Amino acid sequence: MKKIIWIIFLEIISLTAAGQDLLDELDKTVKPRKNYSTATFKSTRIINGHSVETVAKNHWDLRISHRFGMLNEGAYNFFGLDAATMRLGLEYGLTDNLMIGIGRSTSQKTFDYFAKYKLLRQASGPGGMPLSVTALVSADAISLSTSPQLTFYNNVERFTYVGQLLIARKFNERLSLQISPTYLHSNRVETSSVPNDVVAIGIGGRIKISKRTSFNAEYFYRVPLSSQSGTIQNSPYYNSLSMGFDIETGGHVFQLHFTNSLGMIERQFITQTEGQWRKGDIHYGFNISRTFSFDKKRKI
Amino acid sequence: MKKVFLIATLNFVAAVTFAQNQWICRKGETSFFSETPLENIAAVNKNVISLIDFTKGEIAVKMTMTDFKFQNHLMEEHFNENYMESEKYPTGSFSGKFQEPVDISKNGTYDIFAKGQLTMHGVQKERIMKGKLIVNNNEITLISDFDVALKDYKIEVPTLVITKIAEVISVKDRFVFSKK
Repeated sequence: MKKIIWIIFLEIISLTAAGQDLLDELDKTVKPRKNYSTATFKSTRIINGHSVETVAKNHWDLRISHRFGMLNEGAYNFFGLDAATMRLGLEYGLTDNLMIGIGRSTSQKTFDYFAKYKLLRQASGPGGMPLSVTALVSADAISLSTSPQLTFYNNVERFTYVGQLLIARKFNERLSLQISPTYLHSNRVETSSVPNDVVAIGIGGRIKISKRTSFNAEYFYRVPLSSQSGTIQNSPYYNSLSMGFDIETGGHVFQLHFTNSLGMIERQFITQTEGQWRKGDIHYGFNISRTFSFDKKRKI
Repeated sequence: MKKVFLIATLNFVAAVTFAQNQWICRKGETSFFSETPLENIAAVNKNVISLIDFTKGEIAVKMTMTDFKFQNHLMEEHFNENYMESEKYPTGSFSGKFQEPVDISKNGTYDIFAKGQLTMHGVQKERIMKGKLIVNNNEITLISDFDVALKDYKIEVPTLVITKIAEVISVKDRFVFSKK
Protein backbone atom coordinates (compact mmCIF):
# COMPACT_ATOMS: atom_id res chain seq x y z
CA MET A 1 0.00 0.00 0.00
CA LYS A 2 2.76 2.34 1.01
CA LYS A 3 4.51 1.61 -2.26
CA ILE A 4 1.50 2.56 -4.30
CA ILE A 5 1.15 5.85 -2.48
CA TRP A 6 4.82 6.54 -3.13
CA ILE A 7 4.42 5.75 -6.82
CA ILE A 8 1.43 8.04 -7.10
CA PHE A 9 3.24 10.79 -5.20
CA LEU A 10 6.37 10.63 -7.35
CA GLU A 11 4.25 10.29 -10.46
CA ILE A 12 2.56 13.55 -9.59
CA ILE A 13 5.94 15.24 -9.13
CA SER A 14 7.21 14.02 -12.48
CA LEU A 15 3.98 15.02 -14.19
CA THR A 16 4.19 18.48 -12.66
CA ALA A 17 7.73 18.81 -13.93
CA ALA A 18 6.57 17.91 -17.42
CA GLY A 19 3.40 19.96 -17.21
CA GLN A 20 5.24 23.15 -16.38
CA ASP A 21 3.54 26.13 -17.92
CA LEU A 22 4.72 26.66 -21.46
CA LEU A 23 4.65 30.46 -21.05
CA ASP A 24 7.12 30.24 -18.14
CA GLU A 25 9.29 27.99 -20.22
CA LEU A 26 9.19 30.54 -23.03
CA ASP A 27 10.37 33.25 -20.63
CA LYS A 28 13.31 31.08 -19.60
CA THR A 29 14.29 30.18 -23.16
CA VAL A 30 14.28 33.66 -24.64
CA LYS A 31 16.56 36.21 -23.02
CA PRO A 32 14.92 39.50 -22.00
CA ARG A 33 15.84 42.39 -24.24
CA LYS A 34 16.61 46.03 -23.56
CA ASN A 35 13.44 48.04 -23.24
CA TYR A 36 13.67 51.79 -23.81
CA SER A 37 11.51 54.20 -21.86
CA THR A 38 9.33 56.30 -24.10
CA ALA A 39 7.36 59.49 -23.62
CA THR A 40 9.28 60.85 -20.65
CA PHE A 41 7.55 64.11 -21.56
CA LYS A 42 4.65 64.70 -23.93
CA SER A 43 6.46 67.39 -25.88
CA THR A 44 9.93 68.62 -26.77
CA ARG A 45 9.44 71.41 -24.20
CA ILE A 46 8.58 71.08 -20.52
CA ILE A 47 7.18 74.63 -20.57
CA ASN A 48 9.73 77.16 -21.79
CA GLY A 49 12.80 74.98 -21.60
CA HIS A 50 13.60 71.94 -23.68
CA SER A 51 12.81 68.42 -22.49
CA VAL A 52 14.85 65.29 -23.30
CA GLU A 53 12.38 64.42 -26.06
CA THR A 54 13.17 64.94 -29.74
CA VAL A 55 10.92 64.86 -32.79
CA ALA A 56 10.95 61.43 -34.48
CA LYS A 57 12.66 60.86 -37.82
CA ASN A 58 11.01 62.59 -40.79
CA HIS A 59 8.40 64.21 -38.56
CA TRP A 60 7.78 67.95 -38.51
CA ASP A 61 6.66 69.79 -35.42
CA LEU A 62 4.99 73.16 -35.97
CA ARG A 63 4.94 75.13 -32.74
CA ILE A 64 2.94 78.25 -32.06
CA SER A 65 3.58 79.80 -28.66
CA HIS A 66 2.01 82.87 -27.06
CA ARG A 67 2.72 84.74 -23.84
CA PHE A 68 0.23 87.39 -22.82
CA GLY A 69 0.70 90.43 -20.59
CA MET A 70 0.79 90.27 -16.81
CA LEU A 71 -2.18 89.30 -14.64
CA ASN A 72 -1.58 92.33 -12.38
CA GLU A 73 -2.27 94.72 -15.27
CA GLY A 74 -5.87 94.51 -14.13
CA ALA A 75 -9.24 94.55 -15.79
CA TYR A 76 -8.44 97.50 -18.10
CA ASN A 77 -5.90 95.36 -19.96
CA PHE A 78 -8.09 92.26 -19.48
CA PHE A 79 -5.51 90.82 -17.05
CA GLY A 80 -2.81 90.90 -19.69
CA LEU A 81 -4.70 89.27 -22.53
CA ASP A 82 -4.71 92.54 -24.52
CA ALA A 83 -1.00 92.16 -25.23
CA ALA A 84 0.68 89.11 -26.69
CA THR A 85 4.13 88.12 -27.81
CA MET A 86 4.68 85.01 -29.79
CA ARG A 87 7.17 82.57 -31.21
CA LEU A 88 6.67 80.54 -34.35
CA GLY A 89 8.81 77.46 -34.60
CA LEU A 90 9.40 74.78 -37.18
CA GLU A 91 11.26 71.74 -35.98
CA TYR A 92 12.30 68.54 -37.73
CA GLY A 93 13.65 65.12 -36.80
CA LEU A 94 16.66 64.18 -38.96
CA THR A 95 16.94 60.84 -37.20
CA ASP A 96 15.13 59.39 -34.21
CA ASN A 97 17.90 60.84 -32.03
CA LEU A 98 18.75 64.13 -33.74
CA MET A 99 16.49 67.10 -34.35
CA ILE A 100 16.93 70.64 -35.60
CA GLY A 101 14.69 73.67 -35.37
CA ILE A 102 14.31 77.32 -36.22
CA GLY A 103 12.09 79.91 -34.65
CA ARG A 104 11.13 83.54 -34.80
CA SER A 105 10.02 85.50 -31.75
CA THR A 106 8.20 88.82 -31.90
CA SER A 107 10.14 89.95 -28.84
CA GLN A 108 13.19 91.89 -30.17
CA LYS A 109 12.48 90.32 -33.59
CA THR A 110 14.66 87.38 -32.63
CA PHE A 111 15.60 84.40 -34.78
CA ASP A 112 16.69 81.23 -33.03
CA TYR A 113 18.29 78.02 -34.26
CA PHE A 114 18.98 74.82 -32.39
CA ALA A 115 20.07 71.21 -32.66
CA LYS A 116 19.30 68.58 -30.10
CA TYR A 117 20.78 65.10 -29.84
CA LYS A 118 19.85 62.15 -27.62
CA LEU A 119 23.12 60.97 -26.05
CA LEU A 120 21.65 58.32 -23.75
CA ARG A 121 18.22 56.78 -23.47
CA GLN A 122 16.73 55.41 -20.29
CA ALA A 123 16.22 51.66 -20.61
CA SER A 124 15.41 48.64 -18.50
CA GLY A 125 16.60 45.08 -19.00
CA PRO A 126 20.14 43.96 -19.81
CA GLY A 127 22.47 46.88 -20.50
CA GLY A 128 19.89 49.21 -19.00
CA MET A 129 20.37 52.90 -18.32
CA PRO A 130 18.85 54.80 -15.40
CA LEU A 131 18.72 58.18 -17.15
CA SER A 132 18.05 59.85 -20.47
CA VAL A 133 20.57 62.49 -21.49
CA THR A 134 20.05 64.88 -24.39
CA ALA A 135 22.40 67.68 -25.47
CA LEU A 136 21.15 70.98 -26.82
CA VAL A 137 23.10 73.66 -28.66
CA SER A 138 21.33 76.79 -29.77
CA ALA A 139 21.95 80.33 -30.89
CA ASP A 140 19.75 83.35 -31.30
CA ALA A 141 20.12 86.63 -33.11
CA ILE A 142 18.28 89.87 -32.38
CA SER A 143 17.23 91.39 -35.69
CA LEU A 144 15.79 94.56 -34.16
CA SER A 145 17.28 97.71 -35.75
CA THR A 146 20.02 99.29 -33.74
CA SER A 147 18.79 102.13 -31.51
CA PRO A 148 20.12 104.33 -28.70
CA GLN A 149 18.45 101.98 -26.19
CA LEU A 150 20.06 98.88 -27.69
CA THR A 151 22.99 99.70 -29.90
CA PHE A 152 24.69 97.09 -32.05
CA TYR A 153 28.01 98.05 -33.60
CA ASN A 154 28.21 94.87 -35.67
CA ASN A 155 26.16 91.77 -36.36
CA VAL A 156 28.24 89.49 -34.13
CA GLU A 157 26.95 91.45 -31.15
CA ARG A 158 23.45 90.33 -31.92
CA PHE A 159 24.21 86.69 -31.08
CA THR A 160 23.75 84.63 -27.94
CA TYR A 161 24.90 81.01 -27.65
CA VAL A 162 23.49 78.31 -25.40
CA GLY A 163 24.77 74.89 -24.44
CA GLN A 164 22.52 72.72 -22.33
CA LEU A 165 22.56 69.19 -21.00
CA LEU A 166 19.13 67.72 -20.34
CA ILE A 167 19.19 64.87 -17.84
CA ALA A 168 15.88 63.18 -17.09
CA ARG A 169 14.44 60.12 -15.51
CA LYS A 170 10.97 58.69 -15.96
CA PHE A 171 10.42 57.31 -12.46
CA ASN A 172 7.14 55.69 -13.33
CA GLU A 173 4.25 56.07 -15.70
CA ARG A 174 3.22 59.33 -14.02
CA LEU A 175 6.33 61.04 -12.72
CA SER A 176 9.28 62.33 -14.77
CA LEU A 177 11.92 64.74 -13.48
CA GLN A 178 14.62 66.62 -15.32
CA ILE A 179 17.67 68.65 -14.40
CA SER A 180 19.19 70.92 -17.05
CA PRO A 181 22.62 72.47 -16.47
CA THR A 182 22.91 75.40 -18.86
CA TYR A 183 25.69 77.69 -20.05
CA LEU A 184 24.80 80.83 -21.91
CA HIS A 185 26.97 83.49 -23.51
CA SER A 186 25.65 86.78 -24.89
CA ASN A 187 28.02 88.74 -27.09
CA ARG A 188 26.37 91.93 -25.96
CA VAL A 189 24.35 92.81 -22.85
CA GLU A 190 22.32 95.98 -22.26
CA THR A 191 24.19 97.28 -19.21
CA SER A 192 27.42 96.52 -17.42
CA SER A 193 25.51 95.17 -14.41
CA VAL A 194 24.39 92.20 -16.48
CA PRO A 195 26.91 89.39 -16.99
CA ASN A 196 27.76 88.12 -20.47
CA ASP A 197 28.16 84.57 -19.25
CA VAL A 198 25.47 82.88 -17.22
CA VAL A 199 25.45 79.41 -15.72
CA ALA A 200 22.02 78.17 -14.74
CA ILE A 201 20.48 74.98 -13.44
CA GLY A 202 17.01 74.12 -14.64
CA ILE A 203 14.76 71.79 -12.68
CA GLY A 204 11.55 70.55 -14.20
CA GLY A 205 9.10 67.73 -14.12
CA ARG A 206 5.71 66.41 -14.89
CA ILE A 207 3.03 64.44 -13.10
CA LYS A 208 0.39 62.83 -15.27
CA ILE A 209 -3.05 63.46 -13.85
CA SER A 210 -4.82 61.43 -16.52
CA LYS A 211 -3.76 59.52 -19.62
CA ARG A 212 -3.83 62.66 -21.71
CA THR A 213 -3.07 65.49 -19.30
CA SER A 214 -0.15 66.25 -17.07
CA PHE A 215 0.87 68.96 -14.63
CA ASN A 216 4.28 70.45 -15.43
CA ALA A 217 6.54 72.79 -13.52
CA GLU A 218 9.93 74.29 -14.27
CA TYR A 219 12.42 76.56 -12.50
CA PHE A 220 15.70 78.01 -13.73
CA TYR A 221 18.21 79.00 -11.06
CA ARG A 222 21.00 81.30 -12.23
CA VAL A 223 24.16 80.36 -10.38
CA PRO A 224 25.74 83.53 -8.89
CA LEU A 225 29.24 83.58 -10.36
CA SER A 226 31.34 86.69 -10.17
CA SER A 227 32.62 87.97 -13.47
CA GLN A 228 34.25 91.19 -14.58
CA SER A 229 31.36 92.79 -16.31
CA GLY A 230 28.44 92.03 -14.05
CA THR A 231 26.86 89.66 -11.62
CA ILE A 232 23.52 87.92 -11.17
CA GLN A 233 23.05 89.77 -7.84
CA ASN A 234 23.22 93.19 -9.50
CA SER A 235 21.19 92.33 -12.54
CA PRO A 236 17.61 93.58 -12.73
CA TYR A 237 16.33 90.14 -13.70
CA TYR A 238 14.79 87.24 -11.79
CA ASN A 239 14.82 83.47 -12.00
CA SER A 240 12.16 81.91 -14.20
CA LEU A 241 9.37 79.86 -12.65
CA SER A 242 6.58 78.33 -14.72
CA MET A 243 3.81 75.87 -14.13
CA GLY A 244 0.99 74.58 -16.25
CA PHE A 245 -0.74 71.70 -17.94
CA ASP A 246 -0.07 69.59 -21.02
CA ILE A 247 -3.19 68.43 -22.80
CA GLU A 248 -2.72 65.99 -25.65
CA THR A 249 -5.38 65.40 -28.28
CA GLY A 250 -4.34 63.15 -31.15
CA GLY A 251 -1.80 65.04 -33.25
CA HIS A 252 -1.73 68.14 -31.03
CA VAL A 253 -0.22 68.91 -27.67
CA PHE A 254 -1.59 72.01 -25.95
CA GLN A 255 0.55 73.41 -23.17
CA LEU A 256 -1.24 76.01 -21.05
CA HIS A 257 0.73 77.70 -18.31
CA PHE A 258 1.54 80.60 -16.02
CA THR A 259 5.06 82.00 -15.96
CA ASN A 260 6.97 85.09 -14.88
CA SER A 261 8.95 85.00 -18.15
CA LEU A 262 7.81 86.72 -21.31
CA GLY A 263 10.34 85.17 -23.67
CA MET A 264 10.22 81.68 -25.10
CA ILE A 265 13.89 81.16 -25.98
CA GLU A 266 16.71 80.40 -23.54
CA ARG A 267 18.32 83.85 -23.47
CA GLN A 268 14.99 85.52 -22.80
CA PHE A 269 13.61 83.30 -20.09
CA ILE A 270 16.79 82.26 -18.31
CA THR A 271 18.63 85.56 -18.28
CA GLN A 272 16.04 88.24 -19.01
CA THR A 273 12.99 87.40 -16.90
CA GLU A 274 11.62 90.69 -15.63
CA GLY A 275 8.57 89.48 -13.71
CA GLN A 276 8.26 88.43 -10.11
CA TRP A 277 5.63 85.92 -9.02
CA ARG A 278 5.06 87.57 -5.63
CA LYS A 279 4.24 90.88 -7.28
CA GLY A 280 1.75 89.23 -9.61
CA ASP A 281 3.88 89.70 -12.73
CA ILE A 282 2.49 86.48 -14.07
CA HIS A 283 1.99 85.85 -17.77
CA TYR A 284 -0.62 83.44 -19.01
CA GLY A 285 0.65 81.58 -22.08
CA PHE A 286 0.28 78.56 -24.29
CA ASN A 287 2.28 76.44 -26.70
CA ILE A 288 0.54 74.51 -29.43
CA SER A 289 2.52 71.72 -30.99
CA ARG A 290 1.26 70.01 -34.11
CA THR A 291 3.21 67.04 -35.43
CA PHE A 292 3.13 65.97 -39.07
CA SER A 293 4.48 62.64 -40.23
CA PHE A 294 6.25 62.47 -43.59
CA ASP A 295 7.60 59.04 -42.98
CA LYS A 296 5.71 57.19 -45.70
CA LYS A 297 8.80 55.28 -46.73
CA ARG A 298 9.46 53.97 -43.27
CA LYS A 299 9.05 50.23 -43.49
CA ILE A 300 6.86 48.82 -40.79
CA MET B 1 11.30 0.92 -2.33
CA LYS B 2 14.18 0.97 -4.78
CA LYS B 3 11.83 -0.23 -7.48
CA VAL B 4 9.49 2.62 -6.74
CA PHE B 5 12.22 5.17 -7.23
CA LEU B 6 13.35 3.46 -10.39
CA ILE B 7 9.84 3.60 -11.84
CA ALA B 8 9.46 7.19 -10.79
CA THR B 9 12.84 8.18 -12.19
CA LEU B 10 12.08 6.50 -15.48
CA ASN B 11 8.76 8.24 -15.51
CA PHE B 12 10.41 11.58 -14.85
CA VAL B 13 13.02 11.04 -17.57
CA ALA B 14 10.29 9.98 -19.97
CA ALA B 15 8.23 13.06 -19.16
CA VAL B 16 11.21 15.37 -19.65
CA THR B 17 12.26 13.60 -22.85
CA PHE B 18 8.77 13.80 -24.31
CA ALA B 19 8.68 17.44 -23.40
CA GLN B 20 11.60 17.94 -25.76
CA ASN B 21 9.39 17.74 -28.86
CA GLN B 22 9.34 21.51 -28.78
CA TRP B 23 9.49 24.00 -31.59
CA ILE B 24 10.49 27.60 -31.10
CA CYS B 25 10.02 30.89 -32.93
CA ARG B 26 12.10 33.88 -31.85
CA LYS B 27 11.24 36.47 -34.50
CA GLY B 28 7.55 36.00 -35.12
CA GLU B 29 5.47 38.69 -36.75
CA THR B 30 2.19 39.98 -35.41
CA SER B 31 0.50 42.83 -37.20
CA PHE B 32 -2.78 44.59 -36.67
CA PHE B 33 -4.98 46.80 -38.74
CA SER B 34 -7.69 49.26 -37.83
CA GLU B 35 -9.81 50.49 -40.70
CA THR B 36 -12.25 53.40 -40.58
CA PRO B 37 -13.35 55.79 -43.34
CA LEU B 38 -11.26 58.52 -41.70
CA GLU B 39 -8.03 56.79 -40.91
CA ASN B 40 -6.26 53.46 -41.32
CA ILE B 41 -3.83 52.43 -38.65
CA ALA B 42 -1.37 49.59 -39.09
CA ALA B 43 1.44 48.33 -36.92
CA VAL B 44 3.74 45.34 -36.82
CA ASN B 45 5.74 43.61 -34.12
CA LYS B 46 8.63 41.53 -35.45
CA ASN B 47 9.91 40.27 -32.12
CA VAL B 48 7.14 37.91 -31.07
CA ILE B 49 8.32 34.74 -29.36
CA SER B 50 6.43 31.48 -29.42
CA LEU B 51 6.85 27.90 -28.29
CA ILE B 52 4.89 24.82 -29.41
CA ASP B 53 5.07 21.56 -27.53
CA PHE B 54 3.62 18.88 -29.81
CA THR B 55 3.86 16.16 -27.16
CA LYS B 56 1.60 18.05 -24.84
CA GLY B 57 -0.28 19.73 -27.66
CA GLU B 58 0.30 23.20 -26.26
CA ILE B 59 1.27 26.58 -27.64
CA ALA B 60 2.52 29.74 -25.93
CA VAL B 61 2.95 33.15 -27.55
CA LYS B 62 4.39 36.26 -25.96
CA MET B 63 5.09 39.77 -27.21
CA THR B 64 6.28 43.09 -25.84
CA MET B 65 3.81 45.88 -26.57
CA THR B 66 6.48 48.52 -27.15
CA ASP B 67 7.84 46.40 -30.03
CA PHE B 68 4.88 47.38 -32.21
CA LYS B 69 6.13 49.80 -34.88
CA PHE B 70 3.88 52.34 -36.58
CA GLN B 71 4.46 54.57 -39.57
CA ASN B 72 3.50 57.58 -37.54
CA HIS B 73 5.61 57.89 -34.43
CA LEU B 74 2.90 59.79 -32.61
CA MET B 75 0.49 56.88 -33.07
CA GLU B 76 3.12 54.57 -31.60
CA GLU B 77 3.46 56.81 -28.57
CA HIS B 78 -0.29 57.05 -28.10
CA PHE B 79 -0.69 53.29 -28.55
CA ASN B 80 1.70 52.69 -25.67
CA GLU B 81 0.79 55.65 -23.49
CA ASN B 82 -2.96 55.95 -23.87
CA TYR B 83 -4.40 52.71 -25.13
CA MET B 84 -2.29 49.69 -24.15
CA GLU B 85 -0.68 51.40 -21.12
CA SER B 86 2.52 49.52 -21.90
CA GLU B 87 4.30 50.64 -18.75
CA LYS B 88 1.63 48.99 -16.60
CA TYR B 89 0.93 46.03 -18.90
CA PRO B 90 4.15 45.49 -20.86
CA THR B 91 3.30 42.20 -22.58
CA GLY B 92 0.52 40.38 -24.38
CA SER B 93 0.33 36.60 -24.45
CA PHE B 94 -1.60 33.53 -25.52
CA SER B 95 -1.33 30.17 -23.89
CA GLY B 96 -3.49 27.38 -25.24
CA LYS B 97 -4.03 23.72 -25.93
CA PHE B 98 -4.66 22.23 -29.38
CA GLN B 99 -8.19 20.90 -29.67
CA GLU B 100 -6.97 17.85 -31.63
CA PRO B 101 -3.54 16.24 -31.71
CA VAL B 102 -1.37 17.47 -34.58
CA ASP B 103 0.80 15.06 -36.54
CA ILE B 104 3.81 16.89 -37.94
CA SER B 105 5.64 13.87 -39.26
CA LYS B 106 4.41 14.54 -42.80
CA ASN B 107 4.78 17.73 -44.85
CA GLY B 108 1.56 19.55 -45.57
CA THR B 109 -0.89 22.17 -44.40
CA TYR B 110 -3.06 21.50 -41.39
CA ASP B 111 -5.94 23.47 -39.87
CA ILE B 112 -5.54 23.79 -36.16
CA PHE B 113 -7.64 25.11 -33.31
CA ALA B 114 -6.22 26.11 -29.97
CA LYS B 115 -8.26 26.96 -26.92
CA GLY B 116 -6.66 29.08 -24.24
CA GLN B 117 -6.15 32.41 -22.56
CA LEU B 118 -5.48 35.56 -24.56
CA THR B 119 -4.03 38.20 -22.26
CA MET B 120 -3.43 41.88 -22.97
CA HIS B 121 -3.96 45.22 -21.27
CA GLY B 122 -4.21 43.27 -18.00
CA VAL B 123 -7.34 41.40 -19.14
CA GLN B 124 -7.43 37.64 -19.60
CA LYS B 125 -10.07 36.09 -21.85
CA GLU B 126 -10.64 32.55 -23.00
CA ARG B 127 -10.60 32.20 -26.76
CA ILE B 128 -10.42 29.60 -29.46
CA MET B 129 -7.80 30.53 -32.06
CA LYS B 130 -7.96 29.20 -35.57
CA GLY B 131 -4.83 28.82 -37.63
CA LYS B 132 -2.96 27.02 -40.36
CA LEU B 133 0.14 24.99 -39.72
CA ILE B 134 2.41 24.54 -42.72
CA VAL B 135 4.92 21.76 -42.15
CA ASN B 136 7.90 21.77 -44.47
CA ASN B 137 10.70 19.45 -43.34
CA ASN B 138 12.58 21.29 -40.60
CA GLU B 139 10.40 24.34 -40.62
CA ILE B 140 6.87 24.88 -39.39
CA THR B 141 4.97 28.04 -40.25
CA LEU B 142 1.93 29.10 -38.27
CA ILE B 143 -0.50 31.55 -39.85
CA SER B 144 -3.43 32.88 -37.90
CA ASP B 145 -6.00 35.67 -38.25
CA PHE B 146 -8.25 36.82 -35.48
CA ASP B 147 -10.21 39.84 -34.27
CA VAL B 148 -9.88 41.74 -31.04
CA ALA B 149 -12.76 43.87 -29.81
CA LEU B 150 -11.29 46.82 -27.89
CA LYS B 151 -14.22 46.71 -25.45
CA ASP B 152 -13.37 43.13 -24.40
CA TYR B 153 -9.94 44.21 -23.24
CA LYS B 154 -11.01 47.46 -21.57
CA ILE B 155 -9.15 49.58 -24.12
CA GLU B 156 -10.90 52.93 -24.00
CA VAL B 157 -11.15 55.22 -27.00
CA PRO B 158 -11.95 58.87 -26.22
CA THR B 159 -14.99 60.30 -28.00
CA LEU B 160 -12.76 62.80 -29.82
CA VAL B 161 -11.07 60.09 -31.89
CA ILE B 162 -13.83 57.47 -31.83
CA THR B 163 -14.35 57.85 -35.59
CA LYS B 164 -10.67 57.19 -36.30
CA ILE B 165 -10.22 53.91 -34.48
CA ALA B 166 -12.12 50.74 -35.35
CA GLU B 167 -14.04 49.00 -32.56
CA VAL B 168 -12.74 45.63 -33.72
CA ILE B 169 -9.10 45.32 -34.72
CA SER B 170 -7.98 42.56 -37.08
CA VAL B 171 -4.78 40.83 -36.04
CA LYS B 172 -2.52 38.63 -38.17
CA ASP B 173 0.18 36.28 -36.97
CA ARG B 174 2.98 34.68 -38.94
CA PHE B 175 5.41 32.60 -36.91
CA VAL B 176 8.19 30.44 -38.34
CA PHE B 177 9.27 27.68 -35.98
CA SER B 178 12.40 25.59 -35.89
CA LYS B 179 13.09 22.60 -33.71
CA LYS B 180 14.30 23.56 -30.25
